[in-house]
Amino acid sequence: MSDKNFPLLFERSKEGRTSYSLPALEIEPFDLEAELEDVYIRKEAPKLPEVSELDIIRHYTGLASRNYGVDSGFYPLGSCTMKYNPKINEDIARLDGFSHIHPYQDPSTVQGALEMLYDLQEALKEITGMHEVSLQSAAGAQGEWTALMMIRAFHEANGDHHRTKVIVPDSAHGTNPASAAVAGFEAVTVKSNEEGIVDLDDLQRVVGDDTAALMLTNPNTLGLFEKDILEMAEIVHGAGGKLYYDGANLNAIMGYVRPGDMGFDAVHLNLHKTFTGPHGGGGPGSGPVGVSEELAAYLPKPLIVKENDTFRFENDRAQSIGRVKPFYGNFGINLRAYTYIRTMGAEGLKKVSEYAVLNANYMMRKLEKVFQMPYPQHCKHEFVLSGSIQKKLGVRTLDMAKRLLDFDFHPPTIYFPLNVEEGMMIEPTETESKETLDAFIDAMIQIAKEVEENPEIVQEAPHHTIVKRMDEATAARKPILRYEEEESI
Amino acid sequence: MEFRYLPMTNEDKQDMLDAIGVKDTESLFADIPSSVRLQKEMNLKAPVNEYALTRELTMMANKNTSTKEVVSFLGAGVYDHYIPSIVDHVISKSEFYTAYTPYQPEISQGELQAIFEFQTMISELTALPVANSSMYDGGTALAEAVNLSAAQTKKKKVLVSGAVHPEYQQVIQTYAKGQEVEIIPIKLSNGKTDLNHLEALLNDDIAGVVVQYPNFFGQIEPMESIQKLLENQKKTMLIVSSNPLALGYLTPPGEFGADIVTGDTQVFGIPAQFGGPHCGYFATSKKLMRKVPGRLVGQTKDENGVRGYVLTLQAREQHIRRDKATSNICSNQALNALASSVAMSSIGKHGIRKMAEMNMQKARYAKKKFIENGITVVYEGSFFNEFVIELKQDITKVNAALLEKGFLGGFDLGKLDPSCQGQMLVAVTELRTKQEIDQLAKELGDIHV
Repeated sequence: MSDKNFPLLFERSKEGRTSYSLPALEIEPFDLEAELEDVYIRKEAPKLPEVSELDIIRHYTGLASRNYGVDSGFYPLGSCTMKYNPKINEDIARLDGFSHIHPYQDPSTVQGALEMLYDLQEALKEITGMHEVSLQSAAGAQGEWTALMMIRAFHEANGDHHRTKVIVPDSAHGTNPASAAVAGFEAVTVKSNEEGIVDLDDLQRVVGDDTAALMLTNPNTLGLFEKDILEMAEIVHGAGGKLYYDGANLNAIMGYVRPGDMGFDAVHLNLHKTFTGPHGGGGPGSGPVGVSEELAAYLPKPLIVKENDTFRFENDRAQSIGRVKPFYGNFGINLRAYTYIRTMGAEGLKKVSEYAVLNANYMMRKLEKVFQMPYPQHCKHEFVLSGSIQKKLGVRTLDMAKRLLDFDFHPPTIYFPLNVEEGMMIEPTETESKETLDAFIDAMIQIAKEVEENPEIVQEAPHHTIVKRMDEATAARKPILRYEEEESI
Repeated sequence: MEFRYLPMTNEDKQDMLDAIGVKDTESLFADIPSSVRLQKEMNLKAPVNEYALTRELTMMANKNTSTKEVVSFLGAGVYDHYIPSIVDHVISKSEFYTAYTPYQPEISQGELQAIFEFQTMISELTALPVANSSMYDGGTALAEAVNLSAAQTKKKKVLVSGAVHPEYQQVIQTYAKGQEVEIIPIKLSNGKTDLNHLEALLNDDIAGVVVQYPNFFGQIEPMESIQKLLENQKKTMLIVSSNPLALGYLTPPGEFGADIVTGDTQVFGIPAQFGGPHCGYFATSKKLMRKVPGRLVGQTKDENGVRGYVLTLQAREQHIRRDKATSNICSNQALNALASSVAMSSIGKHGIRKMAEMNMQKARYAKKKFIENGITVVYEGSFFNEFVIELKQDITKVNAALLEKGFLGGFDLGKLDPSCQGQMLVAVTELRTKQEIDQLAKELGDIHV
């Protein structure tokens, strides 16, 4: 074991140490061993760490210092919308009246919570231009699946059992085809054209009377607006299919155009992206779903309704697809998004999209001078560069991403979307200053120069991180997925 | 109006427009068909400054009755346990909560190691070798387990005990429909899974059997008998949903031959927050390791031999495998898994048994006091920290009366099933004091008469 290894909490453990402050028992104990059959009494204690409170704090402070968040620095991870996470959101979410309420309390005792949820539903309806919104889904992928289950229920209610296919562009997020499969559909790919947007001829070819829906991200994952959206809507609707909007990239268009007005029948939003829910190291998120009037009857249970000035849950919905999650969605994340929407209002949200798009275009124009830019038209909130010029010099996009770590930047999303060779997907977001954008641009230009003059420094990067590149192949071939005491001996 | 999250000055904006070569930002949106462009401002509430918004939302929060103000005996899947102060301090470290999925291991060792430790703790509690990095919640984790059993066994029928949390059962139904899996309910007998019915339903077409242990009514399911019944159905998977705190005292499902164990770690360091976000866990045998939904962190070494951690076995996942992925899950509940890891570390190896035992002790004391006050306890069997009582009055009215006295009463089972009218599921955690239990028993006794 190298002395550079950061210890696991289990390795800091010492028999007999604890940091828990249990309440007093106060009562005469019952004889549990006499009551329970012996076979149900655990014999071997679970090997949780035995550590002091200070041990835990030092451990996690050490781990935090070995991690990088938006608060640490620029995080242009394309399609993830790594914008600033406002601190007021965190304070509001921790108010006792929001954080310590039980989902089964009588509705009369949680009217404030219901009012917030109702208001958020209404705000998201307005932002998306949809008829009805459900806040139940836990994250974007669950929102996708929820909406697809509704589209499926709609077709089945119309006797259209043969609509088994969901069309997905080749540039789509991986969750799209995966959600289609989980909802019981077959995913069919539609190609992009040389402009980076959906090829209408190919769409005509794949659409048919077996089409259940087209899933579209607009702007797409190349950051390009699908300008033929009205023609696409006509083609899909003409064939009897539904149009689904992946809201992962909503940050580009708020106040400019709404999915509902573009002809979409269903949409999911990622509140942890556009609406500043923190990403939490991977979650929790929240993935509300908005739908047209035609699909509203199929929304998951329950919805929140307002009668006079009282709010209540509505569960009595005969055509609903049912329940997609226990309780009422990720309330705490929905609350953060609500706080953000109230901070910004309509004017602020439109400015968010204006600056998200301005920042991305600025970076794109600066960087296309040294990197290949496969799609030269104006982008929206993100753009995708190709590392093909550098690849010819023997340096891969992965190497350049690793070199960025030495400049204290989080790299962009790489090798996605799949239709760009050596792709680098850059999403600056609107919360970054021009100075930050310029510093990143300078670093990228410097790296491109290094590729030409001194490629080893890029190929061997990173140089300044606490660990070097990891042996991922061995990790997958001989998986070690938990700590075993023998390992440390 | 100025917006504090938008740093660009007018000068910056002009410089950037010049660099792009357009006269205004409007030009960057010219590709949106004008016929669908939004011609008006969105109709949203006006922006509010930080002070005024904090006041307004604090007042909104104050309209809710929090379990900090009242004494809660309400559980039914979400529990009032002690949350050590350190939990919030750790998850408030912004290197954790403002990061995303650790795709770049060199600058994400903190998160990756924290998840690896979480996986280890879940593996220890369930006595299964593999645990993932988290799922949305206990309900969706269980639903994914059901679909996994069908995919793995290539059978389309799953038996689900009627003593599984009713909302979990509903989520299972929704997920199963997507995969054309038929859900067959197993009847109840005395608040537990009816073993005779289970035996009658078992055959070679059954992909999995789902039970909750301890079950929704708090009862400890006869896992030993269930395991025996499944011995003749080698391919049928045993799927168990477990409150992980209970596993500090009870024999873990892995020792009863469970193939998949799921549940929710809300009991460890996560506030109720009106039902979410909580944190699902998912543990399996080694055999199912490459079929597990969601992210897995594995230990490895860097080029210099330094130990480190990476996301691994990603060929299972949607971003690689697309429509052939084992699940569509992408975002999970990482920050809540971190909160639970801190709470579990704080409790520790021996503390968890004491804590589980204290829940059982106080629940038994409450049961005894209720009986002394003339209240009927419905089921006879051994239980964890919840049990069912029966009252002569309507539970909604009982709970309204209890609230006047400062108590949040138990879950009204009549809302689920008309035949359970007058029945209340009472949860007693380690936080309830003798005095609180005594007073509740007295109040209920008075109402009951």
